[in-house]
Amino acid sequence: MSDAAPKAALCVCNLRKAYKDVVAVDGLELEVRWGECFGLLGPNGAGKTTTIEICEGLTAADSGDVEVLGMRWSADATELRQRLGIQLQETQLSEKLTVVETVRLFRSFFRRGPEADEVIALVQLGEKRKSRVGSLSGGQKQRLALACALVGDPEFLFLDEPTTGLDPQARRQLWDLIEQFKLAGRTILMTTHYMDEAERLCDRVAIMDHGKAIAAGTPRELIASIGAEHLVEFSAGGAARALDVSALRRIEGVREVRAENGNVRMQVTELHRAVPALLDELDRQGVPLTELRTHSASLEDVFVILTGRHLRDE
Amino acid sequence: MSRTRWADHPLAQLTLVRFREFWREPEAIFWVFIFPVLLAAGLGLAFRNRPPDVLKIAAVTPELARSLRQEKLLDVEQLSAAAAEEALRTGKVALFAAPSPGGAVVYRYDDTNPEGRAARMLADQAVERAAGRADPVASSDRLMREPGSRYIDFLLPGLLGMNLMGSAIWGMGFAIVDARRKKLMKRLIATPMPRHYYLLSFVLARLLLLVVEVGVLLGFGAWVFQVPVRGSMLDLAVLCVLGSLAFSALGLLIASRAQTIEAASGLMNTVMMPMWIVSGVFFSAQRFPGALQPAIRALPLTAVIDALRAHMLQGASLAQVAPQLGVLGVWLLVSFTLALKLFRWR
Ligand SMILES: Nc1ncnc2c1ncn2[C@@H]1O[C@H](COP(=O)(O)OP(=O)(O)OP(=O)(O)O)[C@@H](O)[C@H]1O
Ligand SMILES: [Mg+2]
Repeated sequence: MSDAAPKAALCVCNLRKAYKDVVAVDGLELEVRWGECFGLLGPNGAGKTTTIEICEGLTAADSGDVEVLGMRWSADATELRQRLGIQLQETQLSEKLTVVETVRLFRSFFRRGPEADEVIALVQLGEKRKSRVGSLSGGQKQRLALACALVGDPEFLFLDEPTTGLDPQARRQLWDLIEQFKLAGRTILMTTHYMDEAERLCDRVAIMDHGKAIAAGTPRELIASIGAEHLVEFSAGGAARALDVSALRRIEGVREVRAENGNVRMQVTELHRAVPALLDELDRQGVPLTELRTHSASLEDVFVILTGRHLRDE
Repeated sequence: MSRTRWADHPLAQLTLVRFREFWREPEAIFWVFIFPVLLAAGLGLAFRNRPPDVLKIAAVTPELARSLRQEKLLDVEQLSAAAAEEALRTGKVALFAAPSPGGAVVYRYDDTNPEGRAARMLADQAVERAAGRADPVASSDRLMREPGSRYIDFLLPGLLGMNLMGSAIWGMGFAIVDARRKKLMKRLIATPMPRHYYLLSFVLARLLLLVVEVGVLLGFGAWVFQVPVRGSMLDLAVLCVLGSLAFSALGLLIASRAQTIEAASGLMNTVMMPMWIVSGVFFSAQRFPGALQPAIRALPLTAVIDALRAHMLQGASLAQVAPQLGVLGVWLLVSFTLALKLFRWR
């Protein structure tokens, strides 16, 4: 991608959109750089779809500025449509058409792009190319929707919850496709509810709540911003009574320790220092270690700490 | 995949989609192609003109029988008086004639039976003529039985008009509202598809299907009932195309805002139902009060049907149906302009 002209693939400036009774987007600022995969995260109703549809030129904003690929919808709509790939949150493609008929239809709208069958092979629907859309599974329908977004060989891909409702395997297949697209140097703006998805696919993310971006950065930066980077859990077996918890708190890099029924949970900033120190301390106290687990703090934890709520009500 | 240039044009692809969606919907095929033919067949049979029945009567003497046989519409049998009485009572004959003193004739029949009354008239006429009566006024018959003036001839243009209206309004309305409801329309306008192609594809598909639709119904009428098409084929094509376009524009207008199939079908029925009744599909629109006639004539279905009847049955040219063409043209322009103003893509 040429960095010569516009500095970012997408610039959203002070964007506002209100419906009758709700402010869906409330002064949003966003910048998506060339060639990156940017994730918009947030709970239901945060304004993600509204934002992405304004960027796609499907919804008119009340105020604010949107620049996509250095162009504006008011002036360059036709050109932009040729260069963007779009997947909407909920589209039911015509059930009576076959996969190949659907992709050929979408292909016919674009100046350039791969052959219908190439795209179908890319999303691994080759076996289903003659099947009616109505007979496809949820995951296959999502992949067909992605095929329709990719068929114009887009420079910029908008994906609104591409993996919602899919089983883990179908999600992983879709991730692979998105990663391939990323490797080709294209830009992606996606929304998702899944933190693992965002952490795996997105170079940078913004967390949206009530129409505003309440945090933005790389997933690592966001996680680091809440202080505790890791969680360490272990079982001290029958010897738990003898465990001196206050001694654990004194270990360098340990922020908080909670012991319940012989299971101990610690928030830790520097795993590589804390774990050896922990092992030494347990050894010193003569406590046998039966189990030890560590996991990194996630975007989910970031969201909970920033808003006091969970991303998904599960 | 065989790739041809024209097939990759968005308009060709969109029109193909219309066809595929139509052919893959068996109900649509039934309502558009088969139902009108069944209706024409059923009504044509029910209201067919039967050849006039020959009435069976009896005569008691050979002389009377000879006189009566002069009338071709009577089937005369010579019976004894007792046998004739018996045959009349059991309904084998409608009447019997017997001589009475003084050269007079007695007709015995049931005057509540129309056949009996008809037989009485025919028999008396034959007897009087045989006795030398001269008719002072010369008369001859010209029968109204030739193709072009039977009920089926009246009905078929009506069915054709009704079909033009139904297929255009339903075809347009359901497909558009369904695409809007499923957000398929929103997905399409997110591509570089030129929007007018989308609407144009409906019109193109409609016009192509029109050929089949009109062909099937008129072909059936011509083959089974010898319903004539007396005007020129070109004029017929112009009429059908203009009618179909006017109804398509009306369908587009109906579908321009509706978000659900229920809302759309309610609207469509509200628009079409009155026209089915007053526009003269099954019986002449002239039966409605004179005060309503101007309004009835301003309806698009009335215009199409009147023009089709004049064209098919009287061989009227386009100039002769200019008022109807005018009505259709106004409907087309007004509906289309309004529809474009009101249309919502999502
Ligand atoms: N067409 C509309 N009319 C009225 N209100 C709307 C409309 N579209 C969205 N909203 C409201 O705007 C707010 C933001 O909706 P939006 O769809 O952008 O959320 P979202 O972040 O995409 O949510 P989800 O995760 O559920 O998809 C919500 O409160 C929603 O009810
Ligand atoms: Mg959404």
